[in-house]
Amino acid sequence: MTNAGFREVEPNVWEIPATGAMRVPGRVFASRELVDALDEKVREQVTNVAALPGIVTASFAMPDAHWGYGFPIGGVAAFDPEKGGIVSAGGVGFDISCGVRTYTTGLKAAELGDRLETVAHDLYRTVPAGVGWGGALRLTLDELDQVLLGGARWAVESGWGDPEELERVEERGCMRGADPSKVSHRAKVRQLNEVGTLGSGNHYLELQVVDRVFDPKVAQAFRLTEGDLLVTIHCGSRGLGHQIGTDFLQRLVPLSGHYGISLPDRELACAPIRSPDGADYLGAMRAAINCALANRQVIGGLVRRVFARHFPQATLRLLYDVSHNTCKVEEHVVDGSKRLLYVHRKGATRAYGPGHPDLPEEYREVGQPVLIGGTMGTGSYVLVGTARSEERAFSSSCHGAGRKMSRMKAKGIWQGKELIRDLRGKGIIVKAHTAKGAAEEAPGAYKDVEEVAAVAEAVGLSRRVARVRPVAVVKG
Amino acid sequence: MAVQSEHFEHGADVGVRGRGSTPEEAFEGAAQALFHLLAEDTGAVSPEREERFECSAAGLEDLLVAYLNELISLADTNGLVFGRFAVRIEEAPDGPFRLSGRAWGEPIDPERHGSTVLPKGATYTALRVGRQDGCWVAQCVVDV
Repeated sequence: MTNAGFREVEPNVWEIPATGAMRVPGRVFASRELVDALDEKVREQVTNVAALPGIVTASFAMPDAHWGYGFPIGGVAAFDPEKGGIVSAGGVGFDISCGVRTYTTGLKAAELGDRLETVAHDLYRTVPAGVGWGGALRLTLDELDQVLLGGARWAVESGWGDPEELERVEERGCMRGADPSKVSHRAKVRQLNEVGTLGSGNHYLELQVVDRVFDPKVAQAFRLTEGDLLVTIHCGSRGLGHQIGTDFLQRLVPLSGHYGISLPDRELACAPIRSPDGADYLGAMRAAINCALANRQVIGGLVRRVFARHFPQATLRLLYDVSHNTCKVEEHVVDGSKRLLYVHRKGATRAYGPGHPDLPEEYREVGQPVLIGGTMGTGSYVLVGTARSEERAFSSSCHGAGRKMSRMKAKGIWQGKELIRDLRGKGIIVKAHTAKGAAEEAPGAYKDVEEVAAVAEAVGLSRRVARVRPVAVVKG
Repeated sequence: MAVQSEHFEHGADVGVRGRGSTPEEAFEGAAQALFHLLAEDTGAVSPEREERFECSAAGLEDLLVAYLNELISLADTNGLVFGRFAVRIEEAPDGPFRLSGRAWGEPIDPERHGSTVLPKGATYTALRVGRQDGCWVAQCVVDV
């Protein structure tokens, strides 16, 4: 038993027994070191989620969990509509469908040679990032509705990529059930100039090199070999998603009493799945998922342009695109029978194992690529979904390293310019729109991504395929 | 007392806090703290553009969240940074609190203003509006 009241039920699996208002237990996947470092708030939030109506099996926290809003970041919970289950705006968060997409390039990192600086600078100039930057596109409200309905498919039809790429985007690039009429005018207006922008905070674009392959068979299926140059994009649904999060938190909080739901924390704001408010949120949230998918697709197109200028021989090919702030309807086996569940993943990645019908054919035999972002100084991981993940946590895994230090503390410890200089000394070029912003994202402000990935593998949430390290980073 | 603003710690994001001799001043201080994320010196932001808006909520705490979200939305939509704020709050006898706000600012220039991160939304976390040590305090965590 830890100080925070977690009981280790098997190695790296900690449980909070269902007591009081909890309908199911809480379950945290973490090493002793990770669980000891968990904020007390994570335990409280896992417990609160466990009390929501219709929750199935357990309230889960992934190895990279940290304090969030309502749900912990790294929280996973599934709700059954047949049992009065809810959909929670707080369970998805503000940056709806924030996610990661990675391209292979057909190049070895060594081929960059002395052109790395030039390419990094061109990416910095070409891909809008940071505060106050408009995007490459200026859309009308009607055009934006098409984005919200079509997602990455809209972007491909508009010339931002190949149709075959869509196979390797979750939902085949287009989230069904999106309803732009449930998205506020204000949310849409916020997005008119923001399609194709990275944003700020922890969002980034990286050139990476594969520096270790753990699983050659799966790596081959993913077309990864050591020394390969990759491009990875991390961003979400920008202003539109933020506004939808804000709108529905404000709308749903006062309604909880109406629906007879007792909220231990207002940020769990939710409505029954089978209610007009629940349906409205789902329609708007799915529109935001499409917005994020289109956003990453357009940014991918901008990256292609940069590569075409410097490496005409490069062949950018999408490895996969995952979203890690979502609520999706999925079929899962519970107590031996198949049920349709509304799975919330907030700072957690879907991780389907081998054979899942929703996977593209080329990955069906090995499982889903699970792309997790580490830090700009250490590295990131490509994992693969496992059969075990289904029984563990509804086919879910971690989404990144997870913060361990506040932004204020990080700024107090690291100076942005010094940090950027130190990283350059390690062979990592950082192009940041603000040095202070880079300091907040210092590698030391995050947990050890190696440990997070190792725990995810040890408990069977996903398996390590390759570790990648950054050689150039564009930060907002 | 003069309006005061500061940040406070949160595990992944940032807390904004304002203090003043009235709820209005405390709200203005919280807005200053919010826009310190977008401008190192909010006092140096040119007040060349004025935005006016209104919002309402059942209580003062919810009103703070609504107020900060209005400002975030206005700034993001119009590419602005604000440096000066004026707030008037009225409590209807049988209804909600109503806020009339004015904010002055200019188009954001991240390099010149020293912006760090764009706030996504004001949250209910560490949300508090009340009297403390003889002054009004208004605070919450902002998701960045």
